[in-house]
Amino acid sequence: MDELIPYIYKPHPVTGITNGKFGTWLFLASEVMLFGALFSAYIMLRVGSESWPHGYQELHVAWAALNTVVLIFSSVTIVMAWVSLKLNKFTNFRIYMGLTLLCSLAFLAVKSVEYMDKFHHQHYPWTSNFFGIYFTLTGLHAIHIIGGIVVNAYLMGPGAKLWKTNPEQFTGRIECAGLYWHFVDLVWIFLFPTIYLL
Amino acid sequence: MSSHDTHAHSGHDHHELSWLRKYVFSIDHKMIGIQYGLTSLCFLFFGFTLVMLMRWQLAFPGKELPIIGKLLGEAAFPGGVMAPEFYNQLGAMHGTIMVFLGIVPLAVGAFGNYLLPLQIGAGDMAFPKLNMMSYWVFFMGGVTMLLSFLMPGGAAQSGWTSYPPLSDIAPAGQTVWLLGMVFLITSSLLGSVNFIVTAIQLRVKGMSFFRMPIFTWCQLVTAFLLLLAFPPLEAASVLQLMDRVAGTSFFMPTGLVISGEQSHFAGGGNPLLWQHLFWFLAHPEVYVLILPAVGIVAEVLTTNTRKPLYGYNTLVYSVIFLGFMSFVVWAHHMFMTGMGTTLSSFFQATTMIISIPSVIIVTTFLLTLWGASIRFNVPMLFALAFLPMFAIGGLTGLPLGLTASDIYLHDTYYVIGHFHYVVAPGTLFAMFAGIYHWYPKLSGRKMSEFWGKVHFWGSFVCMNGIFMPMLFVGMAGVSRRLYDMSLYAHAKAVFPLNIVMSVSAWSLACFQIPFILNLFISWRKGQKVGDNPWDCTTLEWATPTPPPHGNFTHPVEVHRGPYEYAGDEAEFVPQNV
Amino acid sequence: MSASAEEVKKHVKTYWGVFGALLVLTAVTVAVGYKHLPIHWAIIVCLVIALTKGTLVGGYFMHLFGEKKIILWCLALTVFFFFLVLLLPVIVVQEDAVTGPMWSPAPAGSAPVEAPAHE
Repeated sequence: MDELIPYIYKPHPVTGITNGKFGTWLFLASEVMLFGALFSAYIMLRVGSESWPHGYQELHVAWAALNTVVLIFSSVTIVMAWVSLKLNKFTNFRIYMGLTLLCSLAFLAVKSVEYMDKFHHQHYPWTSNFFGIYFTLTGLHAIHIIGGIVVNAYLMGPGAKLWKTNPEQFTGRIECAGLYWHFVDLVWIFLFPTIYLL
Repeated sequence: MSSHDTHAHSGHDHHELSWLRKYVFSIDHKMIGIQYGLTSLCFLFFGFTLVMLMRWQLAFPGKELPIIGKLLGEAAFPGGVMAPEFYNQLGAMHGTIMVFLGIVPLAVGAFGNYLLPLQIGAGDMAFPKLNMMSYWVFFMGGVTMLLSFLMPGGAAQSGWTSYPPLSDIAPAGQTVWLLGMVFLITSSLLGSVNFIVTAIQLRVKGMSFFRMPIFTWCQLVTAFLLLLAFPPLEAASVLQLMDRVAGTSFFMPTGLVISGEQSHFAGGGNPLLWQHLFWFLAHPEVYVLILPAVGIVAEVLTTNTRKPLYGYNTLVYSVIFLGFMSFVVWAHHMFMTGMGTTLSSFFQATTMIISIPSVIIVTTFLLTLWGASIRFNVPMLFALAFLPMFAIGGLTGLPLGLTASDIYLHDTYYVIGHFHYVVAPGTLFAMFAGIYHWYPKLSGRKMSEFWGKVHFWGSFVCMNGIFMPMLFVGMAGVSRRLYDMSLYAHAKAVFPLNIVMSVSAWSLACFQIPFILNLFISWRKGQKVGDNPWDCTTLEWATPTPPPHGNFTHPVEVHRGPYEYAGDEAEFVPQNV
Repeated sequence: MSASAEEVKKHVKTYWGVFGALLVLTAVTVAVGYKHLPIHWAIIVCLVIALTKGTLVGGYFMHLFGEKKIILWCLALTVFFFFLVLLLPVIVVQEDAVTGPMWSPAPAGSAPVEAPAHE
């Protein structure tokens, strides 16, 4: 047996994917179920409530819209980071990955300003179920963002050494990190209208 | 992803690894499997101890518990008599520990981890480091659960289902319970990703899907259940944590009055939301408990009947269908919550449908036995006992799945009897069968046949002594979470059965002693056997004993289906020949 | 997706195009949001736009268009269960999907529906 675990960076001949990519997608599948249950809770609470404010009455749509743009942009940059590796341009990879990280930090910054503003106006999770669900869903999403920042920062910093020894595997890792990041973006794309606009 | 350094030392010998890397922070699936096994067996015994305490209060309510009552202190046993709050903690924690820290990690973590890569001819799991993480996250979840007993007000006490609003206002132990659940769910998630990728990507040449042993099939379907059914409970746990820690009221209805005072919650929440999210997990969870057991029984039965498994394809499709349907039946736990009749009928129908594949599974097993010259060794005895026990468990479930009879039986001891028949003499017997069956692969020695038989017959009689009376108690209409049954007029007639159940439970504990001793003593003193003592056909027996790091010393290739037995004692063709 | 360098180059244009489309859709959804449409129209418009955006991100950025079958199958299964967990609890909690008043609970204080006289 030449290697203990095959298909780490070479795709499996039948399924056509690597272990890492398959694993990432399965992980995302379970994340879909996690957010599905949370959205379900949101619908159930809202349908069952006597009164439920419209998001735009209580929250700042402009900040959230800004955050949407920031996240979408970071989605493009991380896919460009992957493209750069495919085209063998490691410097470009660094730039795009850096941009992604900047965007994610910017997202968190806007988010914290928004939270501070809510606290300033005496709006806490225990104020009403609207704010409860607002803080829970956006908070959980922010935790996912932080997770993404940790992974991306690792891959840009110490993790990038792998590029020298095994570029194929490293590109695969960036693709997986990208998939996760796009998923975080995707969740926000649905969170934004449901919480802020409806 | 994590494996460039794994296969860096795969060429060398694994003796280079330090003790810590080899036995504690191991990334070898076999060592992780053994870790899971030992940990979960300890938790099983601990969970069993909790219920043995409960059985004292149930059989002799209000009587002083000698010695142990004193030892556990005044808070839990004021004056040596069990406090009602402590009784509730024991009930909640028994359920939680048995399900999430006992059976699941034993069935999936231990057996799955050890055997799945071997059965498909893989060198290890697809993500060895993730595998190690999965174990340690599970371990942390277990420790968190145990620590909850030390919280002010004790451990969680709202039942293993943790229904709000009670659980929302329970003492701090419930918060720790929720944190523990988040750990356990994360661990299952990591494990299931690993299992699916391994089973699909790492099958050795020739191992097509329909040449996979049933055990591997069951693990694969189970992994999908874990992957997709657990996240909703994680979501629910997060929401309940928010309720308890951040003061939200997702599960707290408006105007709730607690001990005569208006609750401080904002209100507007929905207690049923928890039940839906909980049972969306917990019904597939039932099949997480049963499918690996089905897999083990299939392996043991076919080996010891020396016959090919009857209806292999049918069995595979049944297992897949069972897994799929298990997502669509959850509200049959909620017939009493005031659901509309249309949806009750829907869930009643799906529940009846899901019994079809279960019956097919038992039927194929029975037909495998037909006309065979059966070897009645210890694993086979346990596997054979699984069949009627699982059948009783399944058939007693039918009245619970039908709305009309469920209204009477809901939340009575009948329910307890029903699911314990499935899980205790059902799944747990299959686990014992598996332990006796694969022990020679781990150690190169057999466990003692004599003490194994003592363990089997003792457990078999005691298990029925515990759970059969429960069905009668339940049919008398006695509710499941009563602290003192003797106070109720309708329970008077069946109350003496409690003594039968309690004595059986304590005797069951005594009959586990030969098993525990057998498990450890046979490791050094058992009868020495070769690499394939049972004359099996599947790939795990084609390895040296115990399998080295990387599992297979020669490249293997699969040429045939998993169960080519010729009916005769010695005639069989392994998959790799 | 294991594409060659040349294919990847072609994709770059698509990625920036998708980015533009996502920006436009975000602007549209915000603009519609400020219109304060009646709630059921607002839900439909917002969800349609969000689904379009989601499809673009999933399809192009996550390469789901033309992805390998095994991933698509796993996701199809997930999506099925996703809708199950999303919708069934809501339906179950509502009175009764067929016989009861489902999406329009009677306003508080309104007269109960008259029972048909049976004599």
